[in-house]
Amino acid sequence: MVGADLHHEPRKVRQRIGYVGQQGGADHSISGRSELAFQGLLYGMSRPDALRRATELLAAFELDACADRRTETYSGGQRRRLDVALGLVHLPSLLFLDEPTTGLDPQSRARMWEEVRRLRAQGTTVFLTTHYLEEADALCDRLAIVDRGRIVSEGSPEELKREVAGDVVTLVVDGDRAAAARLLSGQRFVRGQEPLDADADSLRVYVDHGRTAMPMIFRVLEGGGMAVRAISMSRPSLDDVFLRRTGRSLRDEAA
Amino acid sequence: MGVARDTVVVFRRYFRRSVTSPLLVSVSLIQPVLYLLLFAPLLGSVSGLSHLAPGGAYNWFVPGMMIQIAIFSISSGGWSLISELRSGVLERMWVTPVSRLGLLLGRVLRDIATLVVQAAIIVVAAVPFGLTLRLPGLLIGFALVAVLALLMASVSYAGAMRIRSEDTFGAVVFSATLPLLLLSGVLLPMSLAPRWLQGLSDLNPLLYAVNAERALFAGTIADATVATGFAVIGGLAVLSVALAVREFRQAMV
Repeated sequence: MVGADLHHEPRKVRQRIGYVGQQGGADHSISGRSELAFQGLLYGMSRPDALRRATELLAAFELDACADRRTETYSGGQRRRLDVALGLVHLPSLLFLDEPTTGLDPQSRARMWEEVRRLRAQGTTVFLTTHYLEEADALCDRLAIVDRGRIVSEGSPEELKREVAGDVVTLVVDGDRAAAARLLSGQRFVRGQEPLDADADSLRVYVDHGRTAMPMIFRVLEGGGMAVRAISMSRPSLDDVFLRRTGRSLRDEAA
Repeated sequence: MGVARDTVVVFRRYFRRSVTSPLLVSVSLIQPVLYLLLFAPLLGSVSGLSHLAPGGAYNWFVPGMMIQIAIFSISSGGWSLISELRSGVLERMWVTPVSRLGLLLGRVLRDIATLVVQAAIIVVAAVPFGLTLRLPGLLIGFALVAVLALLMASVSYAGAMRIRSEDTFGAVVFSATLPLLLLSGVLLPMSLAPRWLQGLSDLNPLLYAVNAERALFAGTIADATVATGFAVIGGLAVLSVALAVREFRQAMV
């Protein structure tokens, strides 16, 4: 791992990796500057070096204004930036970020995304876990979908989306969703389908070409005596990949 | 990156954190004085106590009081450790290459420093009431308090690592300290107790700390009581530090 043997040189590994937990880890009653300097000391820096590095990070993460205040006075975004800065004190070549944007407002989230992109540009490998699929889509070169502790899919966001080829047609039927699913399952243009957990009468249908498939869906369902109340078409997102791989929607699970 | 250096780094952080909290400082300073003011005046009225120690009730009571605040200090370290466990502060320290023993000893050192200061306040505050000070015994007495603080703090940290919930921890600590305190002879001499109670008290390691501390305050140094006190408390302290370090190591594979 990062050029060191995890079993025989754990110290070396610790020196080369950074970790930012989901809860952060800054003490409420201590200032951001002291916390950063202390973290530097824990990594074996001398006091002047640790203080210098703290000042550097405070500037890089735009925390100068609140550097000497207790961290309990920080906003959510400031606290999260401090957490990430704490993980970067020793310039790790691999950084683990556990849900860095959970609970952040959209503006702070955008800032955090910028930070992650900047780190990547500097050559740091960032290992990021997230529940937000659009975040994974925006930031990751490689991603793995983990379901119940197992990797169910792995690749670049583009590769994963290509797996769900074609378009996604979402329809709302009048009546029994299961009956509609049975009617459609025999059709050659249907590549797959999923019931939508959130609505009892909604159905997701994966097709090659949405525009030509929609009239055919109408015809099949009407031929079977069912009415379509609403229909829409979209390009597949990582949500669709997740749904197809795990049979569940991440949003439903989180709710 | 030795243990000593890491211990100092960790100690400085926690010590600074303690002294920059005005509420914590004032409570820690007032608490020992309260014990002294609200309980000690009763002692003079209890017949048979005044002749227990040369110099009167305070020379008997103050050394016991120093052991008592050490016993009560057992909850504070573990309590703060649990909140750091839950807030991710510890996790953040554990991912660094810092020595695990240093992480523990730095905290323990802070706890010892706090307790020694509190004990000193009690002693100073008791002088106007008639406490007589005998210097070599007094200094060795403070050393015993420091060793006891080491024992209490490491038991506290080991327990906190196991229990990991403030509520449960508080209940466990309270139900453990109460019999330990009552059977230590801090409040009333165990010689007044019926034989079965004395038998139980003999099993309480804190009894030996109290007896040793009282002997030291009476000016006796080269005494079996003192040696026994140091041996019992020192031995247990070594064991409990080993236990706490093991808990620290296991928690962060």
